[in-house]
Amino acid sequence: MSHSPDAPEGAAPSIPALLRRNASRYGDRPAYREKEYGIWQEWTWRQALGEVEGLALGFLALGLAEGDHVAVIGRNRPALYWSMVAAQMCGAIPVPVYQDSSAEEMAYVLDHCGARFVICGDQEQVDKVLEVQEGLPVAQLLYLDPRGLRKYDHGRMCSLAEAAETAGSQRGKLLLELEAREARLGPDSTCVMLYTSGTTGRPKGVVLSNRNIIETARASSEFDHLRATDDVLAYLPMAWVGDFIFSIGQAMWTGFCVNCPESEDTMLTDLREIGPTYFFAPPRVFESQLTTVMIRMEDASRLKRRMFDRAMILARRVGPRLLDGERVSGMDRLRYRIAQALVLGPLKNTMGLSRIRVGYTAGEAIGPEIFDFYRALGINLKQLYGQTEASVFITQQKDGEVRSDTVGTPTPGVELRMAPSGEVFYRSPGVFQTYYKNPESTASTKDAEGWVATGDAGFIEDGTGHLRIIDRAKDVGKMASGALFAPKYVENKLKFYPNILEAVVFGNGRETCVAFLNIDLTAVGNWAERNNVAYASYQELSQNRQVLDILQGHVEAVNESLAGDEMLSGCQVHRFLVLHKELDADDGELTRTRKVRRRIIEEKYADLIDALYAGRDSVYTETEVTYEDGRKGSIKATLDLRDARVWPVGESRRVAAE
Amino acid sequence: MSALPAAGPEAAPSRPVLMELKNITLRFGGVEAIKDISFDIREGEIRAIIGPNGAGKSSMLNVISGFYHPQEGEVWFRGRRRPAMKPYQVARLGIARTFQNIALFDGMSVLDNVMTGRITHMKRGIFAQGVWKGPAEREEVANREAVERIIDFLEIQRIRKTPVGRLPYGLKKRVELARALAAEPKLLLLDEPMAGMNVEEKEDMSRFILDVNDEFGTTIALIEHDMGVVMDLSDRVVVMDYGRKIGDGTPAEVRANPEVIDAYLGVAHD
Repeated sequence: MSHSPDAPEGAAPSIPALLRRNASRYGDRPAYREKEYGIWQEWTWRQALGEVEGLALGFLALGLAEGDHVAVIGRNRPALYWSMVAAQMCGAIPVPVYQDSSAEEMAYVLDHCGARFVICGDQEQVDKVLEVQEGLPVAQLLYLDPRGLRKYDHGRMCSLAEAAETAGSQRGKLLLELEAREARLGPDSTCVMLYTSGTTGRPKGVVLSNRNIIETARASSEFDHLRATDDVLAYLPMAWVGDFIFSIGQAMWTGFCVNCPESEDTMLTDLREIGPTYFFAPPRVFESQLTTVMIRMEDASRLKRRMFDRAMILARRVGPRLLDGERVSGMDRLRYRIAQALVLGPLKNTMGLSRIRVGYTAGEAIGPEIFDFYRALGINLKQLYGQTEASVFITQQKDGEVRSDTVGTPTPGVELRMAPSGEVFYRSPGVFQTYYKNPESTASTKDAEGWVATGDAGFIEDGTGHLRIIDRAKDVGKMASGALFAPKYVENKLKFYPNILEAVVFGNGRETCVAFLNIDLTAVGNWAERNNVAYASYQELSQNRQVLDILQGHVEAVNESLAGDEMLSGCQVHRFLVLHKELDADDGELTRTRKVRRRIIEEKYADLIDALYAGRDSVYTETEVTYEDGRKGSIKATLDLRDARVWPVGESRRVAAE
Repeated sequence: MSALPAAGPEAAPSRPVLMELKNITLRFGGVEAIKDISFDIREGEIRAIIGPNGAGKSSMLNVISGFYHPQEGEVWFRGRRRPAMKPYQVARLGIARTFQNIALFDGMSVLDNVMTGRITHMKRGIFAQGVWKGPAEREEVANREAVERIIDFLEIQRIRKTPVGRLPYGLKKRVELARALAAEPKLLLLDEPMAGMNVEEKEDMSRFILDVNDEFGTTIALIEHDMGVVMDLSDRVVVMDYGRKIGDGTPAEVRANPEVIDAYLGVAHD
């Protein structure tokens, strides 16, 4: 790729080279921490280099060849990160695999990349690999946690600790070999291969070079002024490109410390103990934290609740403006400081967020209330937009230009282009090399000039230059009137209300939009309890008149905000119903990652959609359901169909208010 | 795992005997709960005691743990005849147990509960512990480390500081197992470790029992109702009915024993 004038100089053409640089530059500073046996264990950069070298020599002794693929499966643990870098040192290519993938999915990935070495976190992963290894080229299995594996056949299996020892007497010879291999690594050699999660079709192996990773890490680290004293918590799947960039790319570039939680369940406790300064979380993490806070405040004493409410009113008004560097009166500053001392500070501390300098969320749209809540506390929470194919970063929000409805401006080094269809294209030093063994997909995604199609529809806002993503390009349609139909955009707006768990909007090719809603049983159930509303089943609660009234209010509020948006005002929801059952992956209505499968729902509930468009007041329906044990049954219900108020285009109080 | 008893994997039949019960008879007044039963427990094995309700399984376990003193018969442990003992003396010998109806300190945290299992490993007197600095401190650190390894092993890090009273049943059972393990027992007695659990909890517990046996080489004797679990877990099984031993052998042998089938299918006895 020619368009990267600031390519990393000869000193650090690869991740292993960066590790060596860090070991000499930051020697005794902490590089990795992991909580084990109730204590945070720490490794300095120098120790980390020693560990990585030890593993690399072991891999050589076991016969790892240059260009081999090394699958790494497990939860975030330092030794697994080291294994990846050790594989790179040997000239092999690490392939992190989602640890929760089924044996079948794992078999596909292992077969596709032809991994000769597989490194597993524990027995669970080893079992999965053993189950599917028949016919796969797996030559050596390694594991980190030996528990339960003592009695396994160790012919082609050993622990990472044993692997590091196998070098033993040949150490001197192997060191020379390792040096030679490492010297052959350059900016263009492959750094890592990551499989896209594959919501559509088979997962694809995205090949990223050292230049991709290091350039992206450099640009984004400088963008947010990350420094060697920062701390991150590594808890997101290692197979996800974000974790690779944060915990390896940026950590190696900047020299900050990667902290691994004790177990998946203790993540929130560990977060509080570490208090990261740089933090990434998908919206659901922020959402569930906020819900916990709110529920606990409901149970707090009257005095505490009043203090909290008053502090939050002030914080919502003042906090975001202070973060954005706007003018705030001296009086407000003083009051905010008092609120920080009494309420906001302790609150941030219990959430483990008191030290955060830079926080990011991405992956899905985040509710404006949630976003504003964290910013009101004085947490610099921002959004970014990215893809595996871009080594994450496409756009991100600058300090002081943060909003909940955009994903920011292009990351330095990234160019954006909008296709006439509305699809977003980008070109950057982070653009992937190729899809492994899949030239057709590579060709259809990346053109000869290096422009990559995101598959997302969006537009660049006039004036600010911020990118706004509307929907997946293939889901965006046209209404009968020719207006833009972006169902996911509307559904997300609806789902921002805690009472609504899931929403599906229909209207492609029609005059108006209609919607199915799912109540959130926790939130609505909680409401019912507090208001003495009795109900015997999910179905009964979902059809309760008062519940329907509340949801109607939500739908109308969404309509009102949509009316203020010229491009999307046609998507206002004219009629809606609340489904009598929760949409479920077992019934094929959602994907396993809980994404709505629009077409299947459209077919399955065709009678309900027809009834909505026919303008009827109620409809009787029977639905087949699959129970958890695989048996099938059916649910019968009579559903109320409701009209929602819509607003004429451009008329919205919200616009004026902002 | 230096803090825990280590034993290498050995072939099952050739292992030395850890405990031998010879002609045990236990009476409560006129009732004979156990009638002339003999069997042994070998080092490193998982030994199950099964039988229908009222067969005398729990009584047998209480004899093994030294809680009941049989009127007739001898208990040999590690090559020596064991006299009648108080429960704490038995604990010092290296026998630890869990209870059918959970006996934990509800108000204390999981960590503190498991720590109580280390009581036999605390040598410092009350004054040294009161002053704490020095030897008592070192001892506590060492004990805490052993406890943390068990917490890690049984995957209960998340509830380390949670009061036991707030835990669901399945987790309490696991905490009890942790406390028993903390004593680093030679022989671990489990009284119905799966009682009242759902399938998932049973699977978890089975895996932990196997892992304990595998990793620490701990000899385990257990009573269990769930036949599937018993057959999967144990190396050898003793079957009891009406206080008598009616079968003894590997799961496969026991399953094929006609007397055992009768007892379980409820065929009338003469």
